[in-house]
Amino acid sequence: MDLRYLRRRFTNVFNLGMAVATTVLGLFWLLWILYTTARFGYHNLNLALFTQDTPAPGAPGGLRNAFVGSLIMIGVAIAVGTPAGVLAGTYLAEFAGRRRIGEIVRFFNDILLSAPSIVVGLFVYSVVVSVTGNFSGLSGGLALAIVLLPVVVRTTDEMLRLVPSTMREAAMALGSPYWRVVVQITYRAARSGILTGVLLGVARISGETAPLLFTALNNQFWSTNLSKPMANVPVTIFQFALSPYQGWQHLAWAGALVATFAVLGLSIFSRFLIRQRNS
Amino acid sequence: MSGTAPPEPKISVRNLNFHYGKFHALKNISLDVAEREVTAFIGPSGCGKSTLLRVFNRMYALYPNQVATGEVLLDQQNILDRRQDLHHLRSRVGMVFQKPTPFPMSIYDNIAFGVRLHERLKKGAMDDRIEAALRQAALWDEVKDKLKQSGMSLSGGQQQRLCIARAIAVRPDVLLLDEPASALDPISTLKIEELIYELRQNYTIVIVTHNMQQAARVSDYTAFMYLGELVEFGDTNSIFTNPSQRQTEDYITGRYG
Amino acid sequence: MEKPPSPPRLTRLWDPLFKGTTAALAYMVLILLVAVCLALLHQGALAFRTFGWHFLVSKAWDPANNHFGALIPIYGTLVSSLIAIVIAVPVSLGIALFITELAPRWLRQPVSAAIELLAAIPSIIFGMWGLFTFAPWFSGYEPWISDHLGSIPGVGALFRGPPFGIGMLTAGIILAIMIIPFIASIMREVFLLTPPLLKESAYGVGATTWEVLRNVVLPYTRTAVAGGIFLGLGRALGETMAVTFVIGNAHSISASLLNPGYSIAAALANEFTEAFSPLYKSSLIALGFILFIITFIILVLAKLLLLRLERAQGEST
Repeated sequence: MDLRYLRRRFTNVFNLGMAVATTVLGLFWLLWILYTTARFGYHNLNLALFTQDTPAPGAPGGLRNAFVGSLIMIGVAIAVGTPAGVLAGTYLAEFAGRRRIGEIVRFFNDILLSAPSIVVGLFVYSVVVSVTGNFSGLSGGLALAIVLLPVVVRTTDEMLRLVPSTMREAAMALGSPYWRVVVQITYRAARSGILTGVLLGVARISGETAPLLFTALNNQFWSTNLSKPMANVPVTIFQFALSPYQGWQHLAWAGALVATFAVLGLSIFSRFLIRQRNS
Repeated sequence: MSGTAPPEPKISVRNLNFHYGKFHALKNISLDVAEREVTAFIGPSGCGKSTLLRVFNRMYALYPNQVATGEVLLDQQNILDRRQDLHHLRSRVGMVFQKPTPFPMSIYDNIAFGVRLHERLKKGAMDDRIEAALRQAALWDEVKDKLKQSGMSLSGGQQQRLCIARAIAVRPDVLLLDEPASALDPISTLKIEELIYELRQNYTIVIVTHNMQQAARVSDYTAFMYLGELVEFGDTNSIFTNPSQRQTEDYITGRYG
Repeated sequence: MEKPPSPPRLTRLWDPLFKGTTAALAYMVLILLVAVCLALLHQGALAFRTFGWHFLVSKAWDPANNHFGALIPIYGTLVSSLIAIVIAVPVSLGIALFITELAPRWLRQPVSAAIELLAAIPSIIFGMWGLFTFAPWFSGYEPWISDHLGSIPGVGALFRGPPFGIGMLTAGIILAIMIIPFIASIMREVFLLTPPLLKESAYGVGATTWEVLRNVVLPYTRTAVAGGIFLGLGRALGETMAVTFVIGNAHSISASLLNPGYSIAAALANEFTEAFSPLYKSSLIALGFILFIITFIILVLAKLLLLRLERAQGEST
């Protein structure tokens, strides 16, 4: 064995060792973050978290109004973003195909998908909040809808393109108009895939803070009025975590724990759906 | 072209030319399809037999750049006419594809889908229609207890008969079969062939197949196509026993294709 | 057989109507991007008009005297993201190499799923973890960094600084953790696209796993790998919550990465709702506009690079 061969072998083993080490490092961070969240959050988990509203500093309380506000705004985002995204994705898959306009929309949809969410918040502030004159739950929901939209567009497009074209031809051969083929046949065939995409999108917007900062703002009190500022979990966590009050910090950790595991749960569940579908 | 003109043409093709973009796929085709008989199109792959079939229900209209010129008369009406309503045409000319194409819904809804497009039936009438279609497709006994199950859950051969039942339920005059057995095992293939034999009593059937024995077994008339041209057309017996063209003879004796 | 009459004209309207609706919503995606750009430009116009090009190069940020400049937040955004890329690229490469070449088959799926879960954790959680757990731990090592790396000539200035725990370097490390899943998953996907024949012929002449990666896989996938890196960079530039917690929020530029800094997104998150003068608010939106333009360019570049491999694949199959 000559020296050159030994050197090559050493380089190989060293670099592969580094590859293992980096993977362990990546997993280590995941576990560390989850551990921190669980450790600080667990002590502060109690029933009051879900039954009482956000308190004044020093007083006991929970995050009920924030949870409800978050759910309402996520609901608005789903109600607006899902139909719009599914229809836009339908155009890409069913009508545009490989034509130039389809490729252009796909391209910029992917840009929107990765665009900073704080910019989306600023945009909704500029066109809704600054026009109506106040922060509102509705504008928060719209901002989340814009974050959700490109996720839904993309999965719908991808899932519909997986439906074999013979299925469409078979329906057309029965004399069906095209819209019926899409609504009754291809949507049905792609249903679980599209649903998975929407769930992954919802998981993403559930943890988003930045788009809500200048739209929904926050609200210390119970309110379900969409035209008024609305409490929500991420912004509450942000404010409470950076506050000097210990009670607030504890609530922030409890909220962080619930939010993290809800988001991870949703994300794991939708991945599980994908795997079920593929097998 | 040569051969006897069948009596009572259901479909008459007159000087049909077909282009995929610049590619000239069908060259000046003229032939008659007899009513309530089975007509088979055979020929090596790429000869245009499927293309010709897809002109009869204007399936090609789904795709841009595909153009048919000439005349295709269905009951004396030119279906290539721009004013032809495609949904109506396709309710009269049913089609079954190479691979089974059950829709992602129950067996019952698979068949009801097509019927609901064209007619409004009461529940009872719909049930009867679905039973009749499944009986005609020789599938009723196998699925009568599981009509609510997904059409995808059936075996390949059953799926293909489901597709035939679905096409029949719309009550077409003409059935187009595009290599209906090519994806099936021999036993399922035999069932489909028996079915075609039964169905010819009520329907005008056009079948595309690459399997010459199949064409010989199921068809009354056979058209041999090659490179977009109709080489020979006549009753199946004479095509297979006494072809008048050299190319036909070469093909059916297995010298190419 | 009796046939129902052909359908009345009205029902024929459904097809064009359906197509028109879907098309309109698809175009909306494009309109939305243009609208974001125009709305931010419009709201930021006051700042751009008032300060002109000096806005981009001015270090000023003085709400009391209504004097604003974008240099410090732009600098912080770029530097923290560059630190993130420098850390994230080798780590992602290692993870992708592990998953595609080293891990036993049964381990591949769980490991890549776990790494992708890292991307699902809300960014505010990264922020809290960063501020309350990572930064205190890291500050214990900063004196070591300062003593050892700080004495290297040339780059030493980067690492000399106070052991606060929070600052530009901490922000960069946390950003790196956040973008690793994105870069690693793209690398993993494109590595798998390398034709097996190509790899096998390299193994066939006696190349080691590392040599195959370096000399076959990486050259074959380099544009897409670059695309993945730019995509990660785009994510890092716009990341808000995690950075806001740990960057230190100090309006200053310093040579040392251990010092606190500021980023565009952090400035927006901290100050926007408190900015009451129109010029203050307009300056913040102008910052947002700059962030949008920077990320837009980076993301377009990323997509173009990724498309090149996709096209090559499309031609060869």
